[in-house]
Amino acid sequence: MSGKPKLHYVNGRGRMESIRWLLAAAGVEFEEQFIETKEDLEKLLSDGLLLFQQVPMVEIDGMKMVQTRAILSYIAAKYNLYGKDLKERALIDMYVEGTTDLMGIIMYLPFQPPEAKEKNLALITDKATTRYFPVYEKVLKDQGQDYLVGNHFTWADVHLLEAILMVEEYKSDILSKFPLLQAFKGRISNIPTIKKFLQPGSQRKPPPDEKYIAQVKQIFNI
Amino acid sequence: MSVKAKLHYFNGRGRMETIRWLLAVAGVEFEEYFFETREELIKLQQSGVLLFQQVPLVEIDGMNMVQTRAILNYIAAKHNLYGKHLKERALIDMYVEATMDLNDLVMCHPMQPPEGREKNLALIVDKATNRYFPAYEKVILKDHGQDYLVGNQFSRADVQVPETILMMEEMKPDILAKFPLLQGFKARISNNPTIKKFLQPGSQRKSEIEEKMIPQVMKIF
Repeated sequence: MSGKPKLHYVNGRGRMESIRWLLAAAGVEFEEQFIETKEDLEKLLSDGLLLFQQVPMVEIDGMKMVQTRAILSYIAAKYNLYGKDLKERALIDMYVEGTTDLMGIIMYLPFQPPEAKEKNLALITDKATTRYFPVYEKVLKDQGQDYLVGNHFTWADVHLLEAILMVEEYKSDILSKFPLLQAFKGRISNIPTIKKFLQPGSQRKPPPDEKYIAQVKQIFNI
Repeated sequence: MSVKAKLHYFNGRGRMETIRWLLAVAGVEFEEYFFETREELIKLQQSGVLLFQQVPLVEIDGMNMVQTRAILNYIAAKHNLYGKHLKERALIDMYVEATMDLNDLVMCHPMQPPEGREKNLALIVDKATNRYFPAYEKVILKDHGQDYLVGNQFSRADVQVPETILMMEEMKPDILAKFPLLQGFKARISNNPTIKKFLQPGSQRKSEIEEKMIPQVMKIF
């Protein structure tokens, strides 16, 4: 047994991607077992491995963890990416919940009808540039520091970078009005563990394509 | 005793109810500021206190906290309702995340068009009885003889699971028929003094939303 965390999910981003990012940022090597067919999912279910019959599921430290946020919180705390006290944790939680909401909109996009594509793109752009990015830009401005919380690298920084890159895939100039976020993106991308994760050949997954969407719909009966 | 928290929301359950439960159980006195119109919400947004322009907002310990989970995590950790160590926290998080999934379904139910209500109710009942409750029943079964869900001590999981059970019972009174251990758990937890007090009339617990209030609430948001 390798002792490395083992991720159970489809071979794509979905709800597992933030977990991959955080493990990578923490420098933790992990294995992945991909669900490719309905039968693969049914086996996980019939083996009783999914507490609430859902994935993501991550085998880690003797536990079969489910629920994305539970998994992320555990990893963040274990690898010292969750701040040094309750109040820093509170800030991290608020910021991460914001980027979760933003990435949540993007995650559902590929499953919307094609006619809604333009409208949804406008929605993401609007939310990113008027609700979420201004907040993080201001945090960086008020702090005058390299990181979002407590002048040290935390989960909030990883999650925000992930969100920025995800939105940029839809609109490459989305940060044009956010100079501090541009600098932030550059800095965080250069952190060695993250730089490695951003290179081809890493376990980072590409944006969903038609084939992936069809597979997910089939496996999960959507 | 001085008021330790101020809650900003509409006068109903929504996403604030679990926060009310947890504060009550933690023994934290709180004041509530209700907004009743869209204009009042807009005023709150313009005042700059809402980090992402959304409620719930809880003023606590010098912070304007938003995002339901951030608020719940803070209260739980501060008041020793989050387990003794990381692994207990992991279990608690798994259990409460599932209750929040179920709560979301319950919360959105009144907003379904009337023609879709029956089907939606069946969906919620199905999820509760086939996905969530069996998992909790099994957890209690495994640690039979213990009063609490995690680590043999009272935690936020022992607040959030009963909260969800009670809401489900409002939708279907016999929903725990096949879950004797959950019935016992619910009865035991309901007798916990702070919870018992919160369950009594006159507490800050909110009732189910009335049908006639739904359009008004939807207009606010």
